[in-house]
This record gives sequence, C-alpha cells and structure tokens, in this order.
Amino acid sequence: MTACPHCPTDNWPELERGYRAMLPEDVLAFIDAHRGEPHSESLLIATLHMVQDHLGHLGPGHLEAVAQLMQIPLAKVTGVATFYHYFRLQPRGRYLINVCLGTACYVKGAEKVAQKLMDELGIHFGETSKDGIFSLESTRCVGTCGLAPVVMIGEEVHGPLTPGQVPALLESYLARAAEEMAKV
Amino acid sequence: MPQPVHDFYQAMADRVGRTLAARDAEHQIVVQVGSATCEHAAGSQAVADELVRHIRASGRKDILLHRTGCTGRCSREPILGVRLPGRLPVKYERVNRDLVHRIFTEHIQGGIPVAQHVLDHEAGPLPERELLFCEGSRCHGSGPGLRERFAAMLAARGVSRGSVRIGAASCFGACGLASGGPATYVLARPEKVLYRVTGEEDLTAILDGHLIGGQVVERLRAQEEPIALAFMERYGDVAFFNRQSRVALRNAGVVDPESLDEYVDMDGFKALADVLERRDPDWVIGELAKARLRGRGGGGYSTAAKWTLARRQADATRFIICNGDEGDPGAFMDRSMLESDPFNIVEGMIIGGFAIGAQKGFFYIRAEYPLAIRRIQQALDTCRAHGLLGRNIMDSGWDFDLEIRLGAGAFVCGEETALIRSIEGERGQPRVRPPYPTDRGLWGHPTVINNVETFANISAILRYSGDWYARLGTEKSGGTKVFALAGKVRHTGLVEVPLGTPLARVVNDIGGGVTGGRQLKAIQTGGPAGGFIPASMQNMEVDFEPLQKAGSIMGSGGMIVLSEDDCMVDIAKFYIAFSQDESCGKCTPCREGTTRLLEILERITQGKGELSDLDKLERLARLCQRTSLCGLGRAAPNPVLSSLKHFRGEFLAHIVDRHCPAKKCVALIHYEINPEKCVGCTICARNCPVACIAGARKEAHVIDQAACVKCGNCFDVCKFAAVDRV
Repeated sequence: MTACPHCPTDNWPELERGYRAMLPEDVLAFIDAHRGEPHSESLLIATLHMVQDHLGHLGPGHLEAVAQLMQIPLAKVTGVATFYHYFRLQPRGRYLINVCLGTACYVKGAEKVAQKLMDELGIHFGETSKDGIFSLESTRCVGTCGLAPVVMIGEEVHGPLTPGQVPALLESYLARAAEEMAKV
Repeated sequence: MPQPVHDFYQAMADRVGRTLAARDAEHQIVVQVGSATCEHAAGSQAVADELVRHIRASGRKDILLHRTGCTGRCSREPILGVRLPGRLPVKYERVNRDLVHRIFTEHIQGGIPVAQHVLDHEAGPLPERELLFCEGSRCHGSGPGLRERFAAMLAARGVSRGSVRIGAASCFGACGLASGGPATYVLARPEKVLYRVTGEEDLTAILDGHLIGGQVVERLRAQEEPIALAFMERYGDVAFFNRQSRVALRNAGVVDPESLDEYVDMDGFKALADVLERRDPDWVIGELAKARLRGRGGGGYSTAAKWTLARRQADATRFIICNGDEGDPGAFMDRSMLESDPFNIVEGMIIGGFAIGAQKGFFYIRAEYPLAIRRIQQALDTCRAHGLLGRNIMDSGWDFDLEIRLGAGAFVCGEETALIRSIEGERGQPRVRPPYPTDRGLWGHPTVINNVETFANISAILRYSGDWYARLGTEKSGGTKVFALAGKVRHTGLVEVPLGTPLARVVNDIGGGVTGGRQLKAIQTGGPAGGFIPASMQNMEVDFEPLQKAGSIMGSGGMIVLSEDDCMVDIAKFYIAFSQDESCGKCTPCREGTTRLLEILERITQGKGELSDLDKLERLARLCQRTSLCGLGRAAPNPVLSSLKHFRGEFLAHIVDRHCPAKKCVALIHYEINPEKCVGCTICARNCPVACIAGARKEAHVIDQAACVKCGNCFDVCKFAAVDRV
C-alpha cells in the first residue's frame, strides 16, 4: 500500500526531494511543465543542455536526477549524454577553449595554434589547467571559416590567430578571471 | 466575398509601411553594422558601441544605427556601411574603434568618405553615381556591348569618369520577369532606379535625361521588381557581391534580422499570404516542381517530389523539419541564413507545413550556433505574437506551430533518420531506409526534412514563380546555390551563384584566386562526404551531376580551395580522421572501415607506406561505400577515392620516394640551414624548443638532425630565408 498510486517507489517523496535538490530551479520547472505531455521524453536532450548550461558539466548525480525526475531509464540518459560530444561529464575550467579543427582552420594552420595552446597551458585536449581557469577542447568547425584559424573561448570567437598571439590572448582571459574573482 | 487572409496581410503591410515611413530612413544618415557570429568575432560589437557613443556625443538626431545580418564577406569584417541622403552607400572594411572615429568625423559629419578604407576599393576618389549593367550569363540581353557603348558615349560627352562609374553585375534576378522581350537592366545608384534598356537610343535618353538632366527617365523605368534589387542597391559596387546572384541570401546584410517589419517590407510573408489565400497545396508543390528545386542539403532530391510523397500518406499526423545541423567542417551558409534572415526560413517552413498538411514543425539546430538559436527563437516568438504562427495563421483558420530542438555535437545527426532519433531524445544513430521519413519518420509519422537553404528559397519561388527560378539554373536543377568559400582563397565568404556556373568563376572571379600568388591545386567540395576537383577540371559547371561524375558531391556547399602548399594525402587523412571520429559506431563497415582507412593513411604520411597499401585503400573504401548503413559511412571514403583518382602521384611520392611534394608531412621532411645564407643571428637557436641548433654568433648554424623535432620554428623565425624545408 503506497501513499501515492502514481509514484514509482514507496519512498518516492523522500527520493524526489533528494533528486530535486541536485538540479537548478528552472530545469525542475522545465521538467514539471512538460511532464505527462505526449513525447515528453523527447525533451531529454534539451534538459541535459539546460543542466550543463547551469552547472558546466553533467555529473553522475545529475544524470540520475534527470533520469528519475523524467522517468527515463538511467541507462538511456547515460547513453545519450555519452553519445553527444557537446555534453561534458567532467567539470571544466572557468573558460572553455575550443580550438576549431575544421577544414578551413586546418589548412590555415590550426594545429600550430593548438600546439601553442597546449604548450602554454601545459594540458592536452580534454584537460583542465591546474588553476581551474581553462579547459581545452577541440571542435569541428564553428562556422566562421572566413576568420580561420579560430579559437572559441566561452561564446567568443577569436580569429584569425597566429601561435604568437596565443599568450596575449590567454593573458587577457586570466586578467578577466582575476577581475571577476576580485568582485566576488 | 470576404478575404480574411488578404485583409490580414494588407493590414500588416500597411502597419509596417506607416512604421517605416515614420522612421524616414531616406532622409536620415544610416549607419549599418553587421551582427552575426562572424561579425561579432571580428569585433563588430565594439564598433557598434563606439558608434553609439559618437552619435550620442554629437547630439545629432538624424543618424540611424541599423543592425543587419551578415553579407558573407567574412575576411573583410567588420564591415560598416554609411549612407548619406541622396549619396551612394559606402562600405568600410575591417573597421575598428579608431577607424570609427575617423569615419564619423570625416564622412558622417564632414561628408567626405575615408576612401582608403572603403571595401575592396583600390585607390582614388569614390564615384558620386553609378550605373550597373546586368550581365547575367543566362539572360539574353546585350549587356557587355551596351555597357561599352555607354562608356564611350560618356567619354564623348565629356562626363568625367571619376564622378560616374559604369559597372557590371551578374544578375538582378529580373530575367524572365519581363514580358516585352529581351532587354538589359540598368540600376542607377544612388537614385535606386531600375531602367529597362533595349537599344542605343535608350542609352542616349538615360545619358541626357538622367545623368546630365538629373531627371528620372520614366519611360524606361522597369515595371519589375527583381529579387536582388535591394541587395544590389546596397552592395552592387563591390565585385565580390555583384558577380553573385542572390536569392536565398537576398536579405542577408540588408534587413535587421530581429525586425519583422523590415522583413515584411521586403515582401516578407507575401508568399505565405498567397498560399493561404489560394488554399491549394498542389499549386505550391506544382511551382516547386516547375522551379526544379532540389534539396540543398546535398542529396539533391527533388523538393516537390519529397513533399508529394508526404502529402499522399494516409496518416494525417505529419511533421516538417528544418535540418540546421550544419556539421560539415568548412560550411557556414546555414548559420548565416538562420542568423541573418530568420523570418525567411520560418516563412519557408510554414509554407512547407501547409503544403504537406503538417500540424507541427521542428527546427533542428546545432548547439554550437547560439546566436542562430536565439534569432530563430526570437523570430518564432514574434511570429506567434503577430498571428503568423500558432492558431489561425493570418486569419486563415489553419493552425501550425514550430519548435526548436537542439543538436549536441554529433555530425551523424545531419543524416535524416539520425536527426529524427535525436529529436525523439535518443542517441542519434541512423536506421535502415526504407521506410523513408516521408513514409515513417518522427514518432512513426510522415515527415519531411529539408535543409535550411531549401527553405530559404521557398518564398522566393512562390513570389517570382517556379519558371523564373528554373531559368536561373540548369536543365536539371533550377536556381542558385550558396557556397561557403574558404581555405587558400583571397576572399573567403558566402557566395551564391546560379547552378551551372563554372567552378573557376567562383574561385577566381568572386573569390579573387588563390592566396599568396600560389597555384591552385584542387577544390574540395561537399566536406568530409565530398571529394577533390583537380585544378585541371576547374572549368566544370557546378551542379549535382557533374560534381558526382568527378568523384565529389555538391554536399551542403562547402568549398575549400587548396593550393600547391597542401598535401592531398594529408587532407584525405584529415577528412577520414573526421569521419572516423564522427562515425556513430552502429554499423561495422563504417566504424571499422574508417578506422582502418585512417591507419593506412597515417602509415603513408609517416613514410611507412607500401605499394600494396594503395590497393588496400581502394578495396576497403569501396567496401565501406557499398555496405555502410547510412550516408556518413557511404560517403566517408569519397575523399580517399577522389584523391587516389586525381592525385595518385602524390601517394606514390610518399610511398616510393618517401617524399611529401607539398612538404607538409612532418615525418617526410627535415630542416637544413643554408650556410651561404645564414648570417649567424642566433634567432633560430634561441627559438628552438629542443636546443638542437648549434653555432656561434656571426657564424653559420647547424641543425642536429637526430635531436630535431621538426617543429618548424627556425623556418618561421629566420629573417634571411636561410632555413630550408626539404
């Protein structure tokens, strides 16, 4: 005999409280607003986007919370989160550096820019610098081929870049980070 | 008989007319700044901020700041346009904050353009007026002859060449609109008058009446309103633009992408009003059939046929999807269209929804395009608020709605069955076709998926007729195609040309040829699914079939120019690495095939290849092509096969001679210092990361080959060209 006939488990209210605590307010509102709608499970990718926008990455706890609250098997949620390159399962630095390795950038020397970034930051693709300021990733074409080679930092696109400009560019973000942290 | 749709459209057009009249742009100084991702990256936001500061500080009330989308002239951005009342519009290239100050004081305040920063302007003063002769290859006007005769007449009459410029434009899109036989169209700027000229006496009338007399020759004024008129009126003086034919991109860089009013002013939603008034889906599909419009996503399937298939289904629940998952590296036309003219794509989708009888449509856009997503969302919200979307569209009683779904960085989702899975919230893995989505698509219902550019053409076709659109293109494919020109080409950017235009014309005439005076080696079309067109075939016409015959594909329209400095084995490896990385892993031929292809290519570029590798490559590539589940795997070997076909010699050089002709493959090159040229400045030694360069000051240096990592720093920093790459 359960308190609530639609609840997936006996202790659902308690579990639900825990899962809800994992996720930001507007993600919860989004899930609640679409619960029970036809094909509401199709909003899984949109939900994961929202979580990542807020938290910077998708941790195991977040995936489980999304799975439980949307009532989608965790295996499927994990499957989706790992399938798409855009989703990150590890925390990342304050600024995400995406080196475009699309064709136009490649023929204009993106590899040298990438190498310079790795040298300067002392990290490889997929890693985060020790100070937690930068994460380095590569991407396939950000669609600004006219400016090739380009590097995207956060939502800002920089290009055309030469390896020589890399230190000054990183410096400008370090200064910005210091400024932001001073405010807090 | 009541005509609710007509009345709705009329009321909207009237309201827009009043709003824009109140703005009175004709009598104001208009300063135009682009705002798309490329422009932002180039610094257009800082330019706009600086302008606002200047306008405010000047206290002037007659300066309008106009935000538009992107014109596609990427390498010269940010571009700033200035139009003084009654004067030719002037565009500045690569504008920065300091230049804004000069432009503002000298041009906007002082009335004299800063000539040396004008877009693509070689030297000398700017003309005051311009006559642009339409010389499209497809219309049978007597363009070139007339233009030359007119120039001669001008000279004979002593009109100064400096003040009046006689230019040529590729096509205004007026062809076929006229009823009175062949003619040449002449656009007079800045008066914005379009003349229809049939002979020399008309030229005399324009010379005497218009240029000397300063009066519009009403008798010759064209009745037609060609599609590219507004675009040419603003950008017609620049060769990069006037050699194009703008249909899908007609509003890019002309309208404010966030303004419904400006879109309506460009006859926006007129086609939709027409469709909803006729209430005849067969008419819509019939026009598309006449237009010979073929899918612009790359497949080239007839749009009319696809829509008919969905329309004939018994299942009444149907969907329409716009494929904005532009993942081809090197292609950015979809992004530009979504960002620069979002209402046009929305209108195309609504019309598509009506034609196939759908209730709902989806925009599937890559998450990597945040601005495109924002602009489309804004356009959808605006349309809903103005009765153009949702319930009872344009008072027609018909309901239809659109929603955005985001991609998440999976190239394979550009494949239609994978895209459907992704919208359903699943891993984006394709499934076997048939059944095709037009039979069983999204949630098992008939679904039409078209590319962004296909939708961008719909309203133009319905507005100017299918016959008109067909005439722009070739026997088999009507209309124009947008190409994203990038790589080793002088003018990178978006180029829209009629199908059937020779490749060389796109690369050389519009693109300005290869950068740095190097030789053209090949043109890569179609991204990772495409192939290479060698320089020897550059006069080939761009169309679906010829490209396919040469071993490439049209694809979504990426066009990468490769010069003699590019190694074809290396580029083929690059594409295979991409496909291998993006293979979803569902079917073995693609998952394993691309991996092994990559291994072999890596071996070859490392100088460890064997002759038998070429046969293996070919056999494996054919296998992958024939047996893969979806388009990704079937097309992935194209770069390998076409480079083997056209550039086999380069493969042989890598394998037999252990030599990379383009000196690109690191394992096959080394650096040497020429003792004759080396002056012993030590800059190379100081920049060597592994300290393998020895030599005293003012003495020739030597590289220790055993320790060298071939980073190329010495080659880059040497000021005396003493370092050789061999």
